[in-house]
Amino acid sequence: MLEQELAGGPWWPYVLMTVGALATYFWRALGVALSGRIDAGSRLFEWVACVAYAMLAGLISRMILLPNGPLAETATADRVAGAAIALAIFFLTRRNVGLGVAAGAGALVLITLGRTLF
Amino acid sequence: MTIVNDPPEKSAMTPENRQAFASPRAAALAGLRDAFGVPMLVLGASYVGFGSLVHGAGLDVWLGLFSTFTGWALPGQIVAIELYSLGGSLVLVAAAVAMTNARLLPMTVSLMPYLRARGTPAWRYYLFSHYVAVTAWAAGMRICPTLQPEHRLPYFAGFGTTLWSMCLVTTALGFYLAGLLPGFVTLGLVFLNPIYFMLVFVADARHRGRILALMVGALLGPPLHLVSPDWGLLITGVLAGSIAFAADLALPRKTREGRDA
Repeated sequence: MLEQELAGGPWWPYVLMTVGALATYFWRALGVALSGRIDAGSRLFEWVACVAYAMLAGLISRMILLPNGPLAETATADRVAGAAIALAIFFLTRRNVGLGVAAGAGALVLITLGRTLF
Repeated sequence: MTIVNDPPEKSAMTPENRQAFASPRAAALAGLRDAFGVPMLVLGASYVGFGSLVHGAGLDVWLGLFSTFTGWALPGQIVAIELYSLGGSLVLVAAAVAMTNARLLPMTVSLMPYLRARGTPAWRYYLFSHYVAVTAWAAGMRICPTLQPEHRLPYFAGFGTTLWSMCLVTTALGFYLAGLLPGFVTLGLVFLNPIYFMLVFVADARHRGRILALMVGALLGPPLHLVSPDWGLLITGVLAGSIAFAADLALPRKTREGRDA
């Protein structure tokens, strides 16, 4: 088998990344192909847009509430507080995304540091 | 300047005050410029994290760059690196990355009608669909409908080019910074990403159906992830999206202004 010969060889990681890239691009190309058949004013189009927004919102709230990686070691309450602070600063600064993001991430870092100190 | 934030006049843009560019080239340059700033910094910071993950997996910097160049969409890239470390097979990597990135299908389908213009060769859509990822997509969904059709794809292409280039730079940066950054800095960098996306969607929310989709999706995402880590996100999208779509149809149509805004 070709896969057995390649596995563990110097090019193996590149083979895996290429397969990952193709699996990623597949959705984009399929999206372009399918979209040619959907009228922008149709209900089907609006439904697809709703599915896209729902998926992204689900992903974001999952990343905040049930994160993987280093965030998993922080307290859920701290991450929720960080998100709330980001929203508060965003609205208080007349919808400044940059300041909101900086405040939210800064707050999580400070709260987490504070917990290790006390 | 659009460096620090999206100016209020842009988020309040309606078809009546369309942003007019002199040429497709001017639209592409405006896209390049608009991504410069917060979008570029936040996404760049996320790729610092990816670069250090590549380092941690014992791979070289070129592999990280190769991944960002070809497979640009962070969650899928992370999955591919993690599966490499675990000794996953080709089929497993293909399936896991495809599952992780399935959101790109509804995203591309819903963005494309805002990018199409008469006379544009089809290969350009296939080429620039590589830039469909949350940050550029959200910008495209907001700005492109307000532009003249022939300026839409160039604007999106410009916006994506800035982001993609920055991600390549910060993938390498993260690779060489791996292990040098204190844990709490990494924490802040990783948290930037979901917080940024959250604010972008709060800032953009306009169509009632899509606002409902964001709210129902945010509510259902975590519990459905607990039910099924593999299928949770897909189920969230279809279920929450359909609920929002149906609710928007059923509710009285008093605030349906800005359908194409």
